[in-house]
Amino acid sequence: MVTGGVTKFAKAHPAMDFRLMVRRAYDYAVKDVENLSVDRIDGSRISYFSDHFSRQLKAASMVQDYLGLNPKGSVRIEWGGATGGECFQAAFEAVASGRMDVCLAAGYETMSRVATWKGNEFIALASDTNFDFPLGGFYTGYYALMVQRHIYEYLRKTRFAHIPDEREAQRLATVEGSRIMSLVSVKNHLNALHNPYAQYPKRLTVADVLNSEMISYPLTREQICTMSDGAAVAVLCSAERAKEFTDRPIEVTGVGTGTDTMRLADRPFGKVPLAPNERAEDYTKLEYPGVHSFRAGRAAGLEAYRMAGITDPKRELDFVELHDAYASSEIQTYEDLALCRYGEGYGFVESGAPFLKGFDYGFPVPKAGEIPVNPSGGLIACGHPVGATGLMQGVFAFWQLQGTIGKHFGDATLQIPNAKRGAIHSHAGTGSAVTVSILERGY
Amino acid sequence: MPAKAPKTLSKFRDVQVELDKSGVALFRDAQGVESLIVRSPYAIQYIHSYAEDTPFFLGLAEGRLRGSRCTNSRCGFVYATPRSHCMACTAPTEWLDLPTTGRLHSWTTCYFGSEAFLKETPYNLALVEFDGVGSLLLARLKEAKQSDLYIGLPVEARFEPTPKYSITDVWFVPKAAPKAPGPKPAGRSR
Repeated sequence: MVTGGVTKFAKAHPAMDFRLMVRRAYDYAVKDVENLSVDRIDGSRISYFSDHFSRQLKAASMVQDYLGLNPKGSVRIEWGGATGGECFQAAFEAVASGRMDVCLAAGYETMSRVATWKGNEFIALASDTNFDFPLGGFYTGYYALMVQRHIYEYLRKTRFAHIPDEREAQRLATVEGSRIMSLVSVKNHLNALHNPYAQYPKRLTVADVLNSEMISYPLTREQICTMSDGAAVAVLCSAERAKEFTDRPIEVTGVGTGTDTMRLADRPFGKVPLAPNERAEDYTKLEYPGVHSFRAGRAAGLEAYRMAGITDPKRELDFVELHDAYASSEIQTYEDLALCRYGEGYGFVESGAPFLKGFDYGFPVPKAGEIPVNPSGGLIACGHPVGATGLMQGVFAFWQLQGTIGKHFGDATLQIPNAKRGAIHSHAGTGSAVTVSILERGY
Repeated sequence: MPAKAPKTLSKFRDVQVELDKSGVALFRDAQGVESLIVRSPYAIQYIHSYAEDTPFFLGLAEGRLRGSRCTNSRCGFVYATPRSHCMACTAPTEWLDLPTTGRLHSWTTCYFGSEAFLKETPYNLALVEFDGVGSLLLARLKEAKQSDLYIGLPVEARFEPTPKYSITDVWFVPKAAPKAPGPKPAGRSR
């Protein structure tokens, strides 16, 4: 990767259609390097999630057209919430295969063109329309079902195992789980105070998060990302050509993808595919993935780690930008990505490991800085214009690894000192598809 | 007579209200950039076929909950949400009747939903597990107070007497606690 650009994510950008948003992100990326112009780009991969949002089919052709890239090769990438992450990997593949030397990955979503609850309907159409959608058509409901079971498996059966009354034990476990999910929400919103691209930077307390509107029990509004307008681009290039554009290229050293059943109801109850730092004895009683974990995230992580030669991700990664559409899925994803073992996600938050060092979050974070997760603020604070989101993570990771956060954010507070290797993680449809990519300093 | 000029608005949240009234609005952002915004309705009737899932939905209309079982004798996986081919071994499946009682595998209360379902809020969703069945069924859960719900709660199916041919033709309610065996009522026998 040699350059990237992001538009500020916002509730609505009525003065820009998707073509102009991509153009703005593209212009920023071009300006940030030497010698990059349309004639040096061999083709593109363009991503957006849903034709419904702008009622414009074949919209990627209009982006290609607007950027002046015709008649070069392009294809539209769509893979639910993981659309942006897939687009990043599609551009990687175009270059890695030798088909292109320089490939533009561009993504966007304009979600403000419909009312919020209609937008939720479009998103929920990415669930089985025979068996799931007609029950309420609501993704937050699906993720609430998953975290309820996660809390049952990993809090009810551990911290509250001594309580004989089942109802009371589960109630207490949910209170505890909600409190810990709120720590994640506080972290991501607070980190974003230093990210000018973020949609909802703010300082919150745990009480603010818990007392925000209940959307789908136990998930509250501040634990959930919002809909956004936004675009992001990344330019990928062969290692040989990278120096033409920048003396600080970032290498993509691992890519992984995974999938799972569309319907939650069909998720199997089997064995955990082990990460290199885990043993079968860790999980003798665990039925996996059930609805509590994302097998696709585990598969994507293991493939990417194998390719990058990573055996202990918590030690060998300097940061992770992951798909926290819900505070619950951030905790579930720590486990999928083997930053901690399955069942340790809640304790991992409380340890402070995924927090940034030197920040006052309003509660103790003893191990802050161990492996910062979503230093940018993640989806919860940055917003989630679906087709752009995975590419936004790629751009933020790129700037972290270049050490140029200060230049691009106008504020170096979020720069992780000497960051050499990071992971980005993009997640679709209740965990039905996940991508993980590993980025490293290539200089 | 010239058409009335579109109303200029500086708050984006007012745009939708104006579109509902007049069908057009001029939005002016903080930088003074103007965008002309029009109402653009879109409706569609799909000719939606349940195709290979048809027996499940016909079953609901008869008060039956039909799952499927893998025909491969070495597999035999039983699905609560039916599928015509086995996910584990790819063999075709056959239909079977599921028990109409199960347990909550997970549950939630939704206070919002898609636009089409907002008027039904709040509603409960449940993933239901059944004895001897390898996968789950997602359904609505009714006649239940949130404080009474817990994972493992026994539930039983109820069926829509006038079927709509939708998954909402079945829902679950907490199973009535079995009555303690008392003395036999006098004077009656079956």
